[in-house]
Amino acid sequence: MYKPNDLIFRTTTSLIAFILLGFSIYLLLAGHNSPGGGFVGGLMTSSAIVLMYMAYGAGVLEKILPINYRMLIPIGLILAVGTGVGSFLFGQPFLSHTYDYFHFPIFGELELATAMLFDFGVYFTVLGVTVTIILTIAEDQ
Amino acid sequence: MIFTVLIPLLLACFIPFISKFKHKIHTGVFVLFIPLLVFLYFIQFVGSGFEPVRHTYNWIPSLGVNFDFHLDGLSLLFALLISGIGTLVVLYSIYYLDRSEPLGHFYVYLMMFMSAMLGIVLSDNVFVLYTFWELTSISSFLLIGYWHFNERSRYGALKSMMITIFGGLSMFGGFSLLSVITGTTSIQSMIANADVILASPYMPLAMGFLLLGAFTKSAQFPFHIWLPDAMEAPTPVSAYLHSATMVKAGLYLVARFSPVFGDYEWFFIIVSMAGIVTLCWASYMAVHQTDLKAILAFSTISQLGMIMAMLGFGTKAAIFAAVFHILNHATFKGSLFMVAGTVDHETGTRDIRKLGGLLTFMPITATLALFGTFSMAGIPLPFLNGFYSKELFFESTLGLQEGMGATASFLVDIIPYLAVLGSIFTFVYSLYFLFGTFGGKTQLDKLSKKPHEAPFGMLVSPGILVLGVILIGLFPSAVNGTFIAHAAEAVYGGEVVKDVYFWHGWNAPAFQMSLVVVGLGAVLTATRTRWNGIYQVLPGRLSVNKVYDAIMARIDTYSRNITTFYMTGSLRTYMAIILSTIVVITVGFMLATGGFTIDFSNLAPVTVIELAVALVITVAAVGTIFANKNVAAVLIVGVVGYGVALLFVIYRAPDLALTQLVVETVSVALFLLCFYHLPKLKKRNESMNKKVVNAIISVGFGAMMTMIAISAHSSDWFGTISDYFIETSYSLGGGDNVVNVILVDMRGLDTLFEITVLGIAALAIYTLIKSKTRKGGK
Repeated sequence: MYKPNDLIFRTTTSLIAFILLGFSIYLLLAGHNSPGGGFVGGLMTSSAIVLMYMAYGAGVLEKILPINYRMLIPIGLILAVGTGVGSFLFGQPFLSHTYDYFHFPIFGELELATAMLFDFGVYFTVLGVTVTIILTIAEDQ
Repeated sequence: MIFTVLIPLLLACFIPFISKFKHKIHTGVFVLFIPLLVFLYFIQFVGSGFEPVRHTYNWIPSLGVNFDFHLDGLSLLFALLISGIGTLVVLYSIYYLDRSEPLGHFYVYLMMFMSAMLGIVLSDNVFVLYTFWELTSISSFLLIGYWHFNERSRYGALKSMMITIFGGLSMFGGFSLLSVITGTTSIQSMIANADVILASPYMPLAMGFLLLGAFTKSAQFPFHIWLPDAMEAPTPVSAYLHSATMVKAGLYLVARFSPVFGDYEWFFIIVSMAGIVTLCWASYMAVHQTDLKAILAFSTISQLGMIMAMLGFGTKAAIFAAVFHILNHATFKGSLFMVAGTVDHETGTRDIRKLGGLLTFMPITATLALFGTFSMAGIPLPFLNGFYSKELFFESTLGLQEGMGATASFLVDIIPYLAVLGSIFTFVYSLYFLFGTFGGKTQLDKLSKKPHEAPFGMLVSPGILVLGVILIGLFPSAVNGTFIAHAAEAVYGGEVVKDVYFWHGWNAPAFQMSLVVVGLGAVLTATRTRWNGIYQVLPGRLSVNKVYDAIMARIDTYSRNITTFYMTGSLRTYMAIILSTIVVITVGFMLATGGFTIDFSNLAPVTVIELAVALVITVAAVGTIFANKNVAAVLIVGVVGYGVALLFVIYRAPDLALTQLVVETVSVALFLLCFYHLPKLKKRNESMNKKVVNAIISVGFGAMMTMIAISAHSSDWFGTISDYFIETSYSLGGGDNVVNVILVDMRGLDTLFEITVLGIAALAIYTLIKSKTRKGGK
């Protein structure tokens, strides 16, 4: 097979991928108060993974991120459903959320919302879905 | 009483087990007790002091559908016929059917039919009656098709099924109308409310539906065509179903409802005309038949027509004669069918052209046939019951009431002549049947086996029936007083006292008519071969059967044509149909209701940048239509997507813009990934017409959506609920990003299912691709 020498692409990728990953985590965490959220976050993370896949190929990707992306889908769904079911424990209807402020040693006063957990579910599902689709189609050739 | 009706059905469940021993003992021997028990149960009601009996068992009380059994004189007459002739038919079938036949099937169907018939005549509830009515159609279908390896049997079974079910459904419509009009499901209550029904505007419709059901079941012209074809059934079935019981269900229905409709002029016109036409046509056609059972089939049709006509007349004398003739016809026609079956059984053919001179071989059968045919012909002898009812028929045609509309008065004038005409042919075919089979020369070379007298057991049933013919003939008053009068009273709705005499004197007009029938009939019988050529002219090529076959064939062809017309298998056609339907219905609805509104008052000002983006998107969208390369099309679609993202930015929707941007990128990437698999975008060589149609539909759809969007924006019915979200986003959801709070908190369920959809999509794509490669398809 024809093997191009794409040094520039790979070098920039290793830089950009980290920025992308960082940005996607930011989008995920900031979603409650600024533009962003689980959906965009998941898409952004998968863009980073796809970028790495394009630069290094499936084998290397497997080594640096040994994740079964298909498994992320049920994990995310269980997380999302679990957040909903969790409200039953407090005698609340399905998917009732709450939030409060907590004091953490390093970060100081922070707001934690149960909706955030739900957003994590969305994040993992979207990430699993997108990467599964793209990698499956890409490997089909 | 419910047990009497259902016992044949319940005991039928055990017949398959019993029929395992059929090689030792004929299954029919066990079955024989069922109708006999029912008969013995009903015989206890016979007597001059009979009063109607009523039993009720709940079935579906909330719908008013219950097993209401009402035993009055008419029901009793029918119940006795059904169980009595049923017993004789089972007895006859023991000798008729060989043990190698699937006897279990036969007796299960037969008992099913008996239950259904008893249910019809005893039910007071119209819907229960309908249930049993359809059960007779089904069991009769099964019995006609008993020799299912025979193509003619299957054809006959299907034909009778089609016609009787058609009538049955129409009757159901009539019943529904009647129960809506009167608010009750009981026939007796309907009779009590006859004035309500007669005053209702739906009455003609209800009556028409009801009569259609009765005419199809009782084989009245032009629905008579199924009966001759039903002769493919085993002879016991023909004797039972197609002479004594099922075909009389229609008569029962008309008789049952004649107290309701009797005063309506058109009831008289339709029913008596249908009856008279059937009488004449079928008796005329019977002479032309060559098959013994076909002669009897047409004879049954004509006799049913005669009874139907009398029910239509509705006078006291006519109804008495009708009820009397129901009994008489059942006795002599049952015996004649059994005689025909015996002849078939002993000679191997039913073709009258091959038969003849059997008198010397089968003297007892011939004697039985003699009584049966003479009674059918109405020969004036004091020991034949057929003569009495025929004379009563003539008498009733003369005493019809005057003073109705012009059509009715005209009918009143011609009915006696038609009655005599029909009876003459009845006389001719009766003698033709008798002498064609038993008289003349023997043609031994044409018979497959040497004829000999039937076994004794086979002669018992017709013998008993002929004995009935003679006994009723000798003592008509005994039968009359004990139950015929009760039956006639149930139909007429008043007291019917009628004495039946043999001798009315030479001057009695009915007797003179009988003499005319015998005289002309004898002449026609003697010269039958000379005028037989008339059948080439009439019916000649005219035949109701041809109409039926043509209708059935057309239904097939037309429905196939319609299906192939729109089920082309082309997705383009389906899209065209779906989209144009949406356009036509939506636009039509909006125009009809005035839903299309334009309101300029609440529009925001247009900025240059919006216009510029819109222009880019429009150009790109139009460009995709004309792109003739895959890459070009994918990329141009991408331009549209990014343009939309830009619009989201302009309209201050950062979350949407962000998502749209990434989704668009990912999907464009996906498109490019799939690129390898995609076929080359080909210039389709579609005709100009198709292109025009495509363009019209797509422009129409776009215009429709635009119209809806403008109208929706122009009509401001309710305020938005977004204020609530904006106000409570932080206080309830703990977030400033209203969009995200709505997505994960306020409307979290939607999001939950959206990610489920995504998950399913991913798994589906994974499965599709992996399963394809695993099979080695590519």
